[in-house]
Amino acid sequence: MKKVKFSKMSLSDKVLLLVGYLLLALFVIAIIIPIIYIVIASFMDPITLQNSGISFDLDKWTTTAYERVLSNSQIWVGFRNAIIYSVVFTVVSVGVTLLAAYPMSRADFKGRGLFNTIFMITMFFGGGLIPTYLLISNLGLLNSMWAVILPGAFSVWNMIIARSYYQGIPAELREAADVDGANELTYYFMILLPVCTPVITVLALWQFVGMWNSYFDAMIYLNSASKQPLQLVLRSILIQNQPESGMISDMQSTAARAQLAELLKYATIIISSLPLLIMYPFFQKYFDSGIMVGSVKG
Amino acid sequence: MRKTMLYVRQHWQLYVFFLLPALLLTIIFRYLPMGGILIAFQDYNPIRGILGSRWVGFKYFQRFLSSPDFLRYLANTLKLSIYGLLWGFPVPILLALLLNRIQSAGIKQKVQTVLYLPNFISVIVLCGLVRILLSVTGPLNHIMGTQINFMTMPGAFRTIYIMSGIWQGAGWASIMYTAALSGASQELREAAIMDGANIFQQIQVVEWPAIKDMVVIQFILQAGNIMSIGFEKAYALQTDLNLSTAEIISTYVYKKGLLDGDYSFSTAVGLFNTVINVILLIVVNKIVEKMNDGKGL
Repeated sequence: MKKVKFSKMSLSDKVLLLVGYLLLALFVIAIIIPIIYIVIASFMDPITLQNSGISFDLDKWTTTAYERVLSNSQIWVGFRNAIIYSVVFTVVSVGVTLLAAYPMSRADFKGRGLFNTIFMITMFFGGGLIPTYLLISNLGLLNSMWAVILPGAFSVWNMIIARSYYQGIPAELREAADVDGANELTYYFMILLPVCTPVITVLALWQFVGMWNSYFDAMIYLNSASKQPLQLVLRSILIQNQPESGMISDMQSTAARAQLAELLKYATIIISSLPLLIMYPFFQKYFDSGIMVGSVKG
Repeated sequence: MRKTMLYVRQHWQLYVFFLLPALLLTIIFRYLPMGGILIAFQDYNPIRGILGSRWVGFKYFQRFLSSPDFLRYLANTLKLSIYGLLWGFPVPILLALLLNRIQSAGIKQKVQTVLYLPNFISVIVLCGLVRILLSVTGPLNHIMGTQINFMTMPGAFRTIYIMSGIWQGAGWASIMYTAALSGASQELREAAIMDGANIFQQIQVVEWPAIKDMVVIQFILQAGNIMSIGFEKAYALQTDLNLSTAEIISTYVYKKGLLDGDYSFSTAVGLFNTVINVILLIVVNKIVEKMNDGKGL
């Protein structure tokens, strides 16, 4: 945007602009304050926190909450499962989606209209919760990680995005490959995919973050504690107020246990959110370009 | 026909290697459950299966449609998503317009990074955060010197749901408007400023035309999705005492079906929701098609 000297603006424009900046600043502050509050509160001693809120008296700061959360095995089980599910889901999902997008991107592909209809219908209509649950159960997938991974693995929306990306690749690339006598597979893996890394990265990031942050499928399909992903472990601590018993059971009184359980929530939030929040600035440009990939086709 | 056969034989890899995995996943996990919808018209018994269960026609639809719960949950669902749309929709546009007025590229980028950050917090952590901040002994009550339990107030649920949604999502949703604004004509802006246009007039002739199409399409798309409002967040913000506003159709379907084991009834309720949703989506698609020179979604 071309710079306009603030001093040269009319009075009403100045006021309007200042009000605007103020609103934006308020929004930014509204995002930052709760985050800072949680960080500080996570270092409080539980009794101080309950009686007087956070304090900047460093003598009262403690890392108890972190020690207790980090020494609990269920959190680590959750992290391990979340990593496994998210990585496997990303690989399967992006793989299947990228493959299917290729024939669907070719104008000469016979049956394209039919397959397109088959895929598109699923974007509008589905069986719903119970029929899907009964199917998973009949397939013997209850309490298996594949129940969380397979049903959502093929995304029609992402297929459409990959397809339009393929279609944007210059046709000369294809013609050159034909001249060299490359077959379908060689062309796809050696020539087409290497020039599609931006869209592959975006889809992979979307799928990874989506799986990492979701809990519904895991909640209904996985019932043993050893299979729970991080979000379900978090759910018992943060939403159901049921911290893993090992975290608080050594406290003598009920009141002390309740105070500690409250404190543990803060540390849990920090520990569980840190990996994605640290990762995010490094991947920001991919996410930004991704939203354009997604909206351009809309 | 023969030409088609020849094509398929020559290009079998396209069908078997490229398309088949996606096709199998679609048929198994999307189409087979559609067959399961039949249990909405049965007294489904898991031991007898779909083939052996008794047919009851529209019994479960009648039960749902005639129960007082029906209107309440439908109203809760619609109110939550419509109010959410009306309150939440303008915020990303406003943010993008404001971001566009920041003259220093460095500050703009820092502000954007903060605005996008909450998008990466999970639903569970967001709801955990909300519960902490609003708890009886939490900071909000500390500041106000009160002891209000917001999470058990039916009247507070929608406000909490919508405001936390804006907190988390508005920044992220502003990205596409910001991108569209970067395509606004610079010459037009300079001409407008030369002519002495004030900020409102500049927005009218320069910025608004650049984002108008996107605003309209986004609004219609989101309006088409009002019946498919998500399960995860509503469920994580529910408490025993706020259900009179917090129970929406998707959480009701889950509780009736998987917690109470009332399979047929739950499937009927889910189907009712899906059908309304499909109608909405088709209408929306037609509208977008009209506006988008015949190109639908």
